Amino acid sequence: MNTNLYNYILGIADNSLILGQRLGELCGHGPTLETDIALTNISLDLFGQVRSYYQYAAKIAGDDRNEDTIAMMRPEREYVNVLLVEQPNTDFAYTIARQFLFDMYHFMFLKELQNSNDETLEAIAKKSIKEVSYHLRFSSDWVKRLGDGTEESNKRIQNAINDLWAYTDELFYQTEADEVMIVEGIGVDVSKLKEQYYKQVSEVLNEATLEVPDLKYFQKGGKQGIHTEHMGYILAELQYMQRAYPNMSW
Amino acid sequence: MKKEWPLWEVFVRSKNGLEHRHFGSLHAADAEMALENARDVYTRRNEGVSIWVVESIHITASNPEHNGEMFEPAQDKVYRHPTFYDLPDEIKHM
Repeated sequence: MNTNLYNYILGIADNSLILGQRLGELCGHGPTLETDIALTNISLDLFGQVRSYYQYAAKIAGDDRNEDTIAMMRPEREYVNVLLVEQPNTDFAYTIARQFLFDMYHFMFLKELQNSNDETLEAIAKKSIKEVSYHLRFSSDWVKRLGDGTEESNKRIQNAINDLWAYTDELFYQTEADEVMIVEGIGVDVSKLKEQYYKQVSEVLNEATLEVPDLKYFQKGGKQGIHTEHMGYILAELQYMQRAYPNMSW
Repeated sequence: MKKEWPLWEVFVRSKNGLEHRHFGSLHAADAEMALENARDVYTRRNEGVSIWVVESIHITASNPEHNGEMFEPAQDKVYRHPTFYDLPDEIKHM
């Protein structure tokens, strides 16, 4: 089995799985019916993408692993999502800020992944990018609405951006698998996206009359499986059914 | 509630060549948000190729109390209905 490719795929897919799970928590709890449906739609888009990645990963593993066991039966240390996506839905502003900071990265990443030497990853990227451009439009719009809205909404989205900013740098951290995949022309060199990312994020924040945080120290660890205290709770909910009723299906 | 967003009516064209049909209504702060909400609420299962939204206050509706004078006179005039023709099967959407 090509361990680097396998790990590389999980590195992409785990972000979407955990963010999708976070958004799924809002089902029936969104601030309005319309935003509730919009956020859970995004969640379903992400889960759809995740299935393609895990199915491919299972094929590469070539043993008794399948998309469900990869998604739901790993211990916490084996999930390699970035810390940003596991941050809680503190309020609508945090949900939107987290989404926006991830969507901008996700969009830029998929744009490059479309040029991958790996045909399956190329195909998944081409299919997903349409969904993700909508996610980015939705979250950028809301950042602007909240930032340029009332005094209260401005304060809340600014707080959320300030708090979540510490998790943005990790998006551009490369693991060993990432580096091997870049050399083979399969993976995306995300370090090259960093400058453009902060530039484009800042443009939206400026338009939203928000301040771009000036931070020197950033959090990381998720890509090595070292997660924040939130992760265990997410996995408890995500894994409960599969662990209580192994191999169950709807 | 005063703070609630205004109501919008949503019209969706399900495919090219067909007219926009009323799909339902939703709340949104402005037209742009209404379009995005309509996309999420009504077209996520591939139902449409075009969306119109219009704020509900701009629609003038007939009063149900006046249904008698508005509609009933038409009921006993069968000759106003094109029921005396046989439509060929190939003609759709009539």
